[in-house]
Amino acid sequence: MMEPQLITPIGVGDVVTKAEQAKRDGNRLVQIGCTKIGDDFEIIYVYDKNYQMTSYRITVKQDDEIPSISGVYFGAFVYENEIHDLYGIHVKGINIDFKGTFYKTVIKHPFSVTIVKEDDSCQNK
Amino acid sequence: MTYLAKSPWIIHYDASSCNGCDIEILACLTPMYDVERFGIINTGNPKHADIFVVTGSINEANREVIQNIYNQMPDPKVVVAVGICACSGGVFRECYNIAGGIDKLIPVDVYVPGCAARPESIIDGIVTALGVLEEKRKNRVSSPMVTDHDHKAHHKHAEGGAQ
Amino acid sequence: MSKQITVPFGPQHPVLPEPLHLDLVLEDEKVVDVIPTIGYVHRGLEKLVEKREFTEYVFIAERICGICSFIHSQTYVQGIEQIMGLEVPERAQYLRTIWSEYSRLHSHLLWLGLFADSMGFESVFMNAWRLREHILDDLEATTGGRVIQGVCKVGGVRRDISPEKLDEMVRGLKGMEHELQDLSKVFLHDNSIQHRLRGIGVLSKEDAYQLGAVGPSARGSGVAIDIRETGYAAFGKINFKPVVEYEGDCYARCAVRVKEMFTSIDIIEQCAKKIPDGPVDMKVTGAPDGEYFSRAEQPRGEVIHYIKGNGKKNLVRHRVRTPTFTNIPPLVTLLKGCDLADVPVIVLTIDPCIGCAER
Repeated sequence: MMEPQLITPIGVGDVVTKAEQAKRDGNRLVQIGCTKIGDDFEIIYVYDKNYQMTSYRITVKQDDEIPSISGVYFGAFVYENEIHDLYGIHVKGINIDFKGTFYKTVIKHPFSVTIVKEDDSCQNK
Repeated sequence: MTYLAKSPWIIHYDASSCNGCDIEILACLTPMYDVERFGIINTGNPKHADIFVVTGSINEANREVIQNIYNQMPDPKVVVAVGICACSGGVFRECYNIAGGIDKLIPVDVYVPGCAARPESIIDGIVTALGVLEEKRKNRVSSPMVTDHDHKAHHKHAEGGAQ
Repeated sequence: MSKQITVPFGPQHPVLPEPLHLDLVLEDEKVVDVIPTIGYVHRGLEKLVEKREFTEYVFIAERICGICSFIHSQTYVQGIEQIMGLEVPERAQYLRTIWSEYSRLHSHLLWLGLFADSMGFESVFMNAWRLREHILDDLEATTGGRVIQGVCKVGGVRRDISPEKLDEMVRGLKGMEHELQDLSKVFLHDNSIQHRLRGIGVLSKEDAYQLGAVGPSARGSGVAIDIRETGYAAFGKINFKPVVEYEGDCYARCAVRVKEMFTSIDIIEQCAKKIPDGPVDMKVTGAPDGEYFSRAEQPRGEVIHYIKGNGKKNLVRHRVRTPTFTNIPPLVTLLKGCDLADVPVIVLTIDPCIGCAER
């Protein structure tokens, strides 16, 4: 059926080198996404060439700083601002840095905490 | 209602709606449903409008915009909440960024249910709104100025994540 | 020479039904810089996986956007099915293909109408939306919903289409074809439309690829990315060629969408011929354990649903990367250097879907 998917774990220091390599190989940036697993945050970088996906995974902690790849791929700023605003992970050196105003949310960094709206009567707690 | 004294103009704002209701409102303006037969025109300027049609629910970014549009509209004015999200929050009511239906911020006169609201029910809602409008005009009802001063940030605001 | 001023565009703007906000930095009439602001439609629905079971969540996934609704639910359930290793019945795969092409037709007609409206061409707007109602009628007859269909579920689809109805749908589309031809003549050959679109907002092939443009925005610049070619659902068994234009201007992006409508009709016709008999759903037990990037081609381009489960009823993470989100950097590049009066037209040519982008 669909193509098998493999996500290679890399260190935080390799993010930019891998991005540069992906660009040299003629990949486009598909997405950068973050997932909270326990106390850790997984960030997955996905590149694609001719429908073949290459994915790299880094694992960081809250308040860690990760390097920006917007110097390599200009379009990365939307994903990096999103990760900063929703997860509270600092990204260093974004080309267009919104400094936390990209998403305006009621709760700061909503994806980093568990939220229950206690005052709402129609809740599936 | 046998005839209308005015040709009411509507202004539409999409407040965190999924587009489903928005495109149905636009569909009302096109040949199949054609609300222009009631003299209704969609305008972009709040000062021209009599009926405020809102889709979707209130979130952090758009509450100011909704207030602004509402306060700028001249009296008499009527608010129609289209779709379940505008009425109560709908499937998104448990989302962290959703404060609830439009009536938590501005007074709503007509509620149109549905997800997405069907063009027939939207037209029905707007025609009901025309009656309310006529009533308000006769009684010279003046609408309140809406402010959001007592809106506080979520009590867990500071707790989330990095500072 | 002249001083710079900033003009806000949106969030409540007559040309777009949706709240997109741009800060346009102008020098006289020329746009020199653009700063996009989003978040007017941000609901945070990805977080609802904590509260809804993965089977219920299909409805939330469908309501990410009311225009691309069917394909969102399709992409989500495909991801779940991949993780769980479900072999969905073939008839269901074909039905999904048919409905996804129907949504593409309805979305493109909607866009053509809005686009004409942004150029001040009111009568074409009305005509495009009149034709769109035929598509919506068929969608409503077969799924029960006009814009939110609610027909996809994990393990198949909820409804079947009878062979008679399928025939009728194909005949209806064939009958519509000459009206669509008339409509496309306006967009492709009308003198004043060409004047408004040719050479405006040019995105080079290199830029389109590097900035991550997808869908018609990429294909209008000669980048042939069409996820349907990976053969998800029944697309692997269908013959079709992605529509590609090379100029990279507003006209090219418009032409891609106009021509794609005919491709969609052709795909639906092939599906109706090839669709096998059989069941349309299967029993699903257990819960997803694993992760998957599910991809599909929306009217606006490639959409990605990242799904991660840990064997419980609630997923760990659902992340959606929608086509409009990745089309924002190309839009910023496109707008630099254009006239202020062309901004609405250029913004519309990437077909922004804010509901999708902000979730």
